[in-house]
Amino acid sequence: MIRLDQLSKVYGSGDAAATVLDRLDLAVDTGRVFAVVGPSGAGKSTLAQCVTLLEKPTSGRVVVNGDDLTALGADDLRVARRRIGTIFQQDGLFSRRTAADNVALPLQYLGVTKAETRARVAELLDRVGLADKAKHYPHQLSGGQRQRVGIARALALRPSVLLSDEATSGLDPDSTASIVRLLRELRDDLGLSILFITHEMDTVLQVADSVARLDHGRIVEQGELTALLRDPDSALGAQLRPARAALPAADGDRVWTVSYAGDVPGDWIGRLGARLAAPIALLGAAVEQIDGVPVGRASLGIPASLVADDVAAALSELGLAVRRAAVASSASKNDVDAQPAAEPAEPAADDLTELIGVRA
Amino acid sequence: MSALTLAASAAGTAHAAGAVRADNRVPLPDIPALVIPALGDTLIMVGVTMAIVVLVGIPLGAIVHNLGPDGLFPHRAGHTVLSWIISIGRSLPFLVLMASIIPFTRLITGTNIGIPAAVVPMSIAGIAFFTRIVENSLRSVPREYAKVSIASGGSTVQVIITAQLAEAVPSIIGGLTINTIAMIEYSAIAGTIGAGGIGYVAVTYGYQRFDHAVMIATIIILVATVALTQLLGDRVARALTPASRDRRRAGRGDRGGRTGNGRVAEERMPVAA
Repeated sequence: MIRLDQLSKVYGSGDAAATVLDRLDLAVDTGRVFAVVGPSGAGKSTLAQCVTLLEKPTSGRVVVNGDDLTALGADDLRVARRRIGTIFQQDGLFSRRTAADNVALPLQYLGVTKAETRARVAELLDRVGLADKAKHYPHQLSGGQRQRVGIARALALRPSVLLSDEATSGLDPDSTASIVRLLRELRDDLGLSILFITHEMDTVLQVADSVARLDHGRIVEQGELTALLRDPDSALGAQLRPARAALPAADGDRVWTVSYAGDVPGDWIGRLGARLAAPIALLGAAVEQIDGVPVGRASLGIPASLVADDVAAALSELGLAVRRAAVASSASKNDVDAQPAAEPAEPAADDLTELIGVRA
Repeated sequence: MSALTLAASAAGTAHAAGAVRADNRVPLPDIPALVIPALGDTLIMVGVTMAIVVLVGIPLGAIVHNLGPDGLFPHRAGHTVLSWIISIGRSLPFLVLMASIIPFTRLITGTNIGIPAAVVPMSIAGIAFFTRIVENSLRSVPREYAKVSIASGGSTVQVIITAQLAEAVPSIIGGLTINTIAMIEYSAIAGTIGAGGIGYVAVTYGYQRFDHAVMIATIIILVATVALTQLLGDRVARALTPASRDRRRAGRGDRGGRTGNGRVAEERMPVAA
């Protein structure tokens, strides 16, 4: 596992000091994928460089399997770095080396014998599905294949932690999906802790077990992916699944925005109509299964004449949570920055519905 | 001016090969016997010089690059000092450099004429030149490679060799070609103060005696040598660049030789001196 304790990075000093990372705390357990998302300039790449200590953190600790890397000298650090495999944006393959020679690089540095290197490289290329491309040069491979070679290289020294720094950025959706599948397989087969840094929300949905949002060098929200998605008030949850524009509500209707929070029956709209004895208009919805958990969101048009508390209670009974923060029509995607950072929490559906204040 | 006096006497001995005619011109059939050994001298001078230049210039270029702001061990003062020394070596015209270091040359080689004496100033000028070429080639290697290398557990020396120099090889070969051609030129200048070689023949026979036939012969030989050097350098640089190897093959296969050659010309390594 890997843990960051109060990790800070400040460039410059005095008046010119710029805090790029501000006391970050996070932990990635063995066999988990932890995604860090954030806009450009949030400090993501600095975070990646601090984790491998390519940049020395100003303060705080990077702890891998209980060892504090920040306390090590240059030589020990070089050894310790071998426990962290890094996958780079743009793969970082050496253009004058074949795929096999690229994968062999860390082994060559370590001084592994030729025969052993050959065997290990063949095994690694096979693992990432490129056994037949060993003799190919990077320019002869597709973007997705190059990134697979990068992953094989990152795994060469059997690390326990994998750091992925925008590894899928710039890949087409199919390649991204196949890289993500590979990472999840590796997570399960090798028990890796994967720190996945990206700006692509879609990819996070596919890969992550937990997510943190980095903004201006701080983690403003973090939690389990499915918990965040099921929390209607989570800014990060909303960013991960940006709402499409919903239909306008009919006159006399009030818009309710709900999220799946518990065991929601498939025919909940019909049940809700029956329960409230009123017509329910579906204005917009997205329902899917992520990590085996149903996740969904819907905008409903419900007659404004009904008592709000009754509607809320009915929704709650069906396992739906109501978004309380803003008026539904303006609660589409990008207003999340304006909201206060929510506490990372895994709230039960009941807790949430109790908090509901119905907005007009 | 002792160098020039000695040069004159060296001219006398070299000339003994051909029969002297009344008008002091070398008969046409004797020109090869005069020019070919001179070419041999030039190639030895340039060859020995370039061996020294590469041995010193590559590590020095790597050090200068890595002392710089984008390097592995940035050090402003060290970088500035080294950079100034190299710039001084680069800024002196070769003739001035050669004349000004005669005491140093004599200290090292015990003489100030002949091939050994020419190799010293040529190496100094060549190292200054090549160090800049290596530095420039390393600068064009993406820094990402060094990061990959460090993250893969490479030591500083391993990073420099595998992530910087190895990736810059085609560019360095391109620079080496330019450098070698410059050294052929410098060898001609060195020839004028008694180092022998093609330049010496051109100056003493072609220029001082108005022997046009010898002059033309030396010109042809120099042009051919430079052209061959360039051709060889281009070939090697291309052979060491996997991507351009493929393009060349594709160009030949799909579009015929002509297009292939056209594309090759476009791909010539961009090398700044």
